Amino acid sequence: MDGPAIVARLTERFGPAVRETHAHRGDHTVVVDRAALADLLRLCRDDPALRFDLLMDLTAVDYLKYPGREDAPRFEVVYHLYSVPENHRLRVKVRVDEDDAVVPTAVPLWPIANWFEREVWDMFGIRFDGHPDLRRLLMYEEFVGHPLRKDYPVSKRQPLIGPRT
Amino acid sequence: MGLGLGDFVTTKLDEAIGWARKYSIFQYPFVTACCGMEYMSVACSHYDIDRFGAGLPRFSPRQADVLFVVGTISHKMAPVLRRIYDQMTEPKWVVAFGVCTCTGGFYDNYATVQGIDTIVPVDVYIPGCPPRPESVLDGLMKLQEKIAVGRQRY
Repeated sequence: MDGPAIVARLTERFGPAVRETHAHRGDHTVVVDRAALADLLRLCRDDPALRFDLLMDLTAVDYLKYPGREDAPRFEVVYHLYSVPENHRLRVKVRVDEDDAVVPTAVPLWPIANWFEREVWDMFGIRFDGHPDLRRLLMYEEFVGHPLRKDYPVSKRQPLIGPRT
Repeated sequence: MGLGLGDFVTTKLDEAIGWARKYSIFQYPFVTACCGMEYMSVACSHYDIDRFGAGLPRFSPRQADVLFVVGTISHKMAPVLRRIYDQMTEPKWVVAFGVCTCTGGFYDNYATVQGIDTIVPVDVYIPGCPPRPESVLDGLMKLQEKIAVGRQRY
């Protein structure tokens, strides 16, 4: 299926939950509501025409200082999906506010989401509802803060931790 | 023994032990990142580190005497490095190989230790990103001079 057909299939199933769609140089993106996210991802994986069996990446973007998006929700969680049998791709985005930064987990659908979601939690502070083991991945446990947020100073040092025992 | 004969013996013994130690370095290559490539090229045949007597890496801290810290150390890795250093037996020396271990390198951020001398005492700093093998051999020779003048506590 080509990009517009994929997007059409999702909009016909989910209607108003698909907030916007856009395409750039052949990559198609859908922005969805958080409430419909879990069902939409499940449809992407299980639908016989879509068959997105690979979660290529799960990451987040912080739009705190982005010009023109001051009143939009601060974070966007981005899912990159790829289908091996059909050879097509899709990007799914979900906008979350910082005071309500919770998103349903994709772990039951694609087990690789386990580490991706741990990284997003570690770097941005977005929780994943239903994740079996949400703890830091790249930073150490005693670290305070979420370093990839735009308001975390890049060269801020934290006290060195010693060996645990 | 009078007339300083005891001091003469211990000085010559110090020199002999220093000479023996500097030509039989058992290194622990604590390799984490890209500097490992240069470490490997130093250890292999063209820039042979074995002709300095340092050609046997010992991958156990109990059996090593020089800790080569090669590559970026992140804050998550820092307690591991400290533990490895603590497990080594005296006499031990530490070489900071590469600019990430000397000062944090170009990783001036939240995740990288800004110089391993904040964690372990360092004897020789070899800067470079990565250092040329000739730099490494120069640093090794400086380390050998340091080892040779080490005094024993009798």
